[in-house]
Amino acid sequence: MTVITPVTTDTIVSATPFWRLKGFPVIPVSILLFIAFVAVFADLLAPHDPQIGSLARRFKPPFWLEGGSLAYPLGTDHVGRDVLSRLIFGARVSMVVGITAVLVAGSIGTLLGIMSGYLGGWADQVVMRITDTWLALPALTFAIFLAAIVGPSELNIILILGLVYWTRYARVIRGEVLSLKQREFVRLAVVAGCSSRLIMWRHILPNVINSAIVLATLMLGVVIVTEASLSFLGVGVPPPKPAWGLMMADGKKGLMVGYWWLTVLPGICIMLMVLSANLLGDWLRVKLDPQLRQL
Amino acid sequence: MKQYIARRVGYSLLSLFLLSVTIFLFVRVTGDPVSLLVEPGASPEDIENIRRQLGLDQPLWEQYWHFMASLFAGDLGQSFYYRVPVLELYFQRLPHSLLLAAVAMTLSLLIGIPSGILAAVRVDGFWDSAGKIFSLLGLSLPQFWVGLVLILFFSVYLGWLPSSGSGGVLHLLMPAFTLGWYFAAAHMRLTRSSMLEVLGSEYIKLARLKGLPEALVIGKHALKNALIPVITLAGINLVVMINVAVVVETVFAWPGIGRLLYEGITFRDFPVVQGVVIIGGAMIVMVNLLVDILYALIDPRIRLES
Repeated sequence: MTVITPVTTDTIVSATPFWRLKGFPVIPVSILLFIAFVAVFADLLAPHDPQIGSLARRFKPPFWLEGGSLAYPLGTDHVGRDVLSRLIFGARVSMVVGITAVLVAGSIGTLLGIMSGYLGGWADQVVMRITDTWLALPALTFAIFLAAIVGPSELNIILILGLVYWTRYARVIRGEVLSLKQREFVRLAVVAGCSSRLIMWRHILPNVINSAIVLATLMLGVVIVTEASLSFLGVGVPPPKPAWGLMMADGKKGLMVGYWWLTVLPGICIMLMVLSANLLGDWLRVKLDPQLRQL
Repeated sequence: MKQYIARRVGYSLLSLFLLSVTIFLFVRVTGDPVSLLVEPGASPEDIENIRRQLGLDQPLWEQYWHFMASLFAGDLGQSFYYRVPVLELYFQRLPHSLLLAAVAMTLSLLIGIPSGILAAVRVDGFWDSAGKIFSLLGLSLPQFWVGLVLILFFSVYLGWLPSSGSGGVLHLLMPAFTLGWYFAAAHMRLTRSSMLEVLGSEYIKLARLKGLPEALVIGKHALKNALIPVITLAGINLVVMINVAVVVETVFAWPGIGRLLYEGITFRDFPVVQGVVIIGGAMIVMVNLLVDILYALIDPRIRLES
């Protein structure tokens, strides 16, 4: 007699590694991993010091143009600093600021969204009214306002971006919690005598974490553009730190005489990173969370 | 109906109140407000004077009372740099911002609506994909980069357009396109989804059954209804545009509200920064209220709900 082994869904799922899933954005993920790699090993990869230059070799073009040399493959800026090294260290600034700011915003927003949705009552009213009001302020303007008060530094930028963007999480997460609250497993947990805190932590949080991840990926792009814009306007990462936005603000000085590499190259870096984050976020949204497809 | 409007107005007033509290508290709790509100380089006596004048030695709620009283009197303080009231500066710059926003909006609708319709009529076709890429780029590219690259091409290499300042129509083209592209993405997405919804409705099926030519079905019957949400969004976005153009206006040295905000930051002119943020927030709260009320007037389902 042959033994019939049941086919468990477990084996089917684990048979396909996640990067083989349909439509997995290979290129965007590779780009993000590459930027992360460059950010981590910036010290080893950069050929020159990103913050020290010499005026004797300012405005050198990239190596393929006349007057360029392989010693400074992507040219030098207005005080003679190596553009490639600054781009490499700039990846670190963007990654650190982007990821931590998204974590700060995500933690505040998810926490308040869950509490607001589950507890209801006045807590809900307070959180949602603040959310509505803060959403009315254009994010960039609000961030500029905060930056003007606390002054520019990398840590301040992270806190500011966290403060400006938590409201988006709060609103989406609250909506999900409201529908989770009506589900059987939450009601049974209430009947079983679980405390509100335990239910929120054990039953609600694991069910909204998918949406939080999707939002975080989509927010990464937004946060990086905002950081770059703040740096561009002079209230972001303070000079001489190599932030991509700051590089472009500096590069603006050489634009009218045709030193295009100073603005175009950092811009391409920002574009690649933001576009990749958005494409990955879009894919995750459809894959992880059908409810968010309309978002 | 009256109840609905009353509640909406109530919410908006609450929003404005929270907005003022937010701005008030952030200025006073994070660091020393005197260093922001007193001109750089003021003498210690001046600082003491202003501290007393602004009532910064009084309890918070009393300070808030003064803050609100002067807001209601239309007093947003004096600009350190220009030595004129902030409100006066604001209204001086507003026409430039309105002009830029109007042209940018026109461009964004001219791009967004046709590409949205094409995308909806041929789902997953060439235009749908092209539209998606175009809108994703619009959302992902930092505006200051788009602006700088445009300057590089059209001003530096080709020499066709002026790179900065205001004046003729030529000055408007690049900033308006830069600002409009970002919003075109949103308008395209909304046109597409709204069009798809309308195309699935009964009256469109009837129009097709009657044998009307496809162009007429889409261009006349479907478009009319599909455009309602798009026009609403465009209305809100017009106000948003006035308040978020800071990057574009800085790149192109366009003398609008955004440029004013930028000058406020660079000259450490805090009253200007605060004033622009307060007026901007209030403007957007009011527009949202207006849209809510208009929707209730048009659509009974909304006013009966909740």
